[in-house]
Amino acid sequence: MQAELIDIRNHLQQHAPFDELPESLLDEVAGSIEIAYFRAGSPILEGGERNTWLHYIRSGAVEIYRRSGELYNRLGEGEIFGQIGLLMGKQVRFPAKALEDTLVYLIPDDMFQHLFETQDVFADFVEVEDKSRLRSAVSRSTQANELMTSRVSRLIVRAPVTAPSTVRLQEAARIMTEQRVSSLLLVEGSGDLEGDLVGIITDRDLRTRALTDALPSETPIADIMSDGLITIRSDAYIFEAMLKMLHNNVHHLPVIERGKPRGVIALSDIMKYESQNSLYVVGNIHRQQTVEGLKTVSKDVRASFIRMVNEDANSHMIGSAMAGIGRSFTQRLLEIGEEKLGPAPVPYCFLALGSMARDEQLIVTDQDNAMVLDNSFDPEKHDAYFLALAKFVSDGLAECGYTYCTGDIMATNTKWRQPLSVWKDYFTDWIENPKAEALLNSNIFFDLDGVHGKTDFAEQLKTLIATKARSSQRFLALLARNALNRTPPLGFFRQFVMEESGQQAKTFNLKRRGTAPVSDLIRVHALACGSRSQNSFLRLQDIAATKLIPADSVENLRDALEFIAIVRIRHQALAMEEGREPDNSVRPEELSSFERSHLKEAFQVVSQAQKFLRFRYHAQVGRQFQ
Amino acid sequence: MATPTIRQSPPPARNWPERMARLAEEARYPGLRQFYEAGCVSPATPLSEVPMVALDFETTGLDPNQHSIVSIGLVPFTLGRIQLPGARHWIVRPVLPLEQTSVVIHGITHSDIQEAPDLADILDELLPALAGRVVVVHYRAIERPFFERALQWRLKEGIDFPVLDTMAIEAHLHPDRNPTRWQRWRGKKPVSIRLADSRQRYHLPHYPGHNALIDAIATAELLQAQIWHHFGPETPVDDLWL
Repeated sequence: MQAELIDIRNHLQQHAPFDELPESLLDEVAGSIEIAYFRAGSPILEGGERNTWLHYIRSGAVEIYRRSGELYNRLGEGEIFGQIGLLMGKQVRFPAKALEDTLVYLIPDDMFQHLFETQDVFADFVEVEDKSRLRSAVSRSTQANELMTSRVSRLIVRAPVTAPSTVRLQEAARIMTEQRVSSLLLVEGSGDLEGDLVGIITDRDLRTRALTDALPSETPIADIMSDGLITIRSDAYIFEAMLKMLHNNVHHLPVIERGKPRGVIALSDIMKYESQNSLYVVGNIHRQQTVEGLKTVSKDVRASFIRMVNEDANSHMIGSAMAGIGRSFTQRLLEIGEEKLGPAPVPYCFLALGSMARDEQLIVTDQDNAMVLDNSFDPEKHDAYFLALAKFVSDGLAECGYTYCTGDIMATNTKWRQPLSVWKDYFTDWIENPKAEALLNSNIFFDLDGVHGKTDFAEQLKTLIATKARSSQRFLALLARNALNRTPPLGFFRQFVMEESGQQAKTFNLKRRGTAPVSDLIRVHALACGSRSQNSFLRLQDIAATKLIPADSVENLRDALEFIAIVRIRHQALAMEEGREPDNSVRPEELSSFERSHLKEAFQVVSQAQKFLRFRYHAQVGRQFQ
Repeated sequence: MATPTIRQSPPPARNWPERMARLAEEARYPGLRQFYEAGCVSPATPLSEVPMVALDFETTGLDPNQHSIVSIGLVPFTLGRIQLPGARHWIVRPVLPLEQTSVVIHGITHSDIQEAPDLADILDELLPALAGRVVVVHYRAIERPFFERALQWRLKEGIDFPVLDTMAIEAHLHPDRNPTRWQRWRGKKPVSIRLADSRQRYHLPHYPGHNALIDAIATAELLQAQIWHHFGPETPVDDLWL
């Protein structure tokens, strides 16, 4: 290299994986480079063409596409592309286009191969296809899992068996036996496929409702039909069907195409797609009769988590599956509790809060829950019952690995075991007379979901929040201010920002400094646009629909959350595979350089999003605590 | 975009291949004759097919009759690629006025200069690196006149060749770059056509170092950007060379 090319070498040296190469080698790389300029919008690499250069972005921005034309990745200064093609047949696998005016440094293939063969850090970095080392790229993992690429329609094996909704119990049972189906769709009118779908009756309904209660054979089927029919569209992905089943604890989903039923998919259909199955764990939970039995099943939860990670499930799937499992434990404990203590004296709804309500639960989690009681609740007469039930569930959950909430946000706390009218007052007060301190503690209540009993109570609260929150600027400003308290560790590479805790020095917390700031800021936008969703990804969809923040910011935020979450998930899975107790504390040297550089970007996205949040809601930052 | 021509008036209506052929016959110094014999592309050649070389001199001042060349950087390139493996850089010993004993050029020390060869000693490396290529400079009043003067002084014969001037292109693209007093009052800023400022308009990165080679690379990148933004690969070289 000419010594005068030092500017070019220095630039390489600031970016992974070149930052870990010896200087003399970097000099050789710099001397071998060719440079090309691409105007914004012009193609850089076209699919299928021959390419013998590693592309390094000196300035500008590049979009990488799949062959199908779908956006795969967006790269900026100091990032590389074209490496996968260089490793496999020198053909362009992912077309690339200049998003901005872009200057590219091209490193010739022989130099690339030399680096790849002699430098492990370099090989690790570029070898994205190596599953064991880098199971990391967000979009790649979605590709690998069949649950996420196959549509529900693929599971349909026969046309649905239907009957008029006026049919009687015995007739329904006869049709099901004759047709050898485990479910029957009930439609309006004469009972053919043209009628509107009104309900579904399953084997389980016949067993648990008709037989247990010894109903007469002439009972109208509508009496035992499940209310609140849950269906799925035929073009939904199989994993969405799985999430629906997990979330609602149903084993059959009618599949709808253009408004008409096209078939029914059963739990067992999906099980085939997922070997060590979270659905299987859920099924198992619901069969247990004792807390002891539940405790035994809880040992399978970790295996199921690890299996999902190894099968390249994305964070939404894993978070939903774990939340579904947590919800099932709660439901089953409530059912067992009701058997022991007798039926509830007044209707109630058991609420999940925080990560379980958001469908973003992982392995290391405590229990956050509450009870909403019917307005006819009389503390003198009824509270002893509900306290006993709450205590039974809370102790049971602790047995199953969900530790007690240190902040005492549990239904065992009188304050969080109140009638609906009191809950409505709580939320109204939080929203209309907001105080920063108080909001900090009540943040968690704005992620809520009814898991058992009269879930309509939970829906009423969601409606109240969705209508009131958006019009209280002061509430949103304070919520935004609280969301800015926890910042991502931006000094990731240079001066690493460490958590100040004796035992875990030199680490940072992937939850506190990673996923939590993202879900916090998403919650603010979601409340501002009146969204009723709880899950961060679904909230982002609602936010995107209102154009509250620019579409590409929404996408960046989604990718950032997915990446940080998946790194956190893998960190936990790895610990368990190695027989250690999983946690959220990560040491930087544990991460591959690939993960590090992507995390850095994700943190930058979060930091930008926080700046926007401050600006959008005029949030003054109070005190900084991490 | 239509293809503007950037000839200044009066146009130096020179047919470069013919002129190079004639100079080849007249040249006495063998290296110079070989340089001319390598010729240059025909005027109708589209820019996408023109072999080019970006050339930058650092000098002790702006007047070729009083000042000297201190360093030379060059890099061969085409519209598609700038080829760093072919990049070259030399420090040459300047002829200094009697009263001046040192030069202040960023990154070049006094001892660098003391040990440096004379331009004459590197001519046989420099000329072949330029041969057959169209020379690209930023501000044509430096490289060609200094080169001409330096060779006159050493070989008693000068040198001539076509150049593409990225600064002239910027000047052409911004004819009203100096605002009137009225416009200035309204807040309009003059448009700078210096190398670093011109590069910014095409979102080219800032190179912190300053030496003849980095400036040559910077010039080559600028020309690529100018062609992609304003002219297109099919434009004949004749429209731009001077």
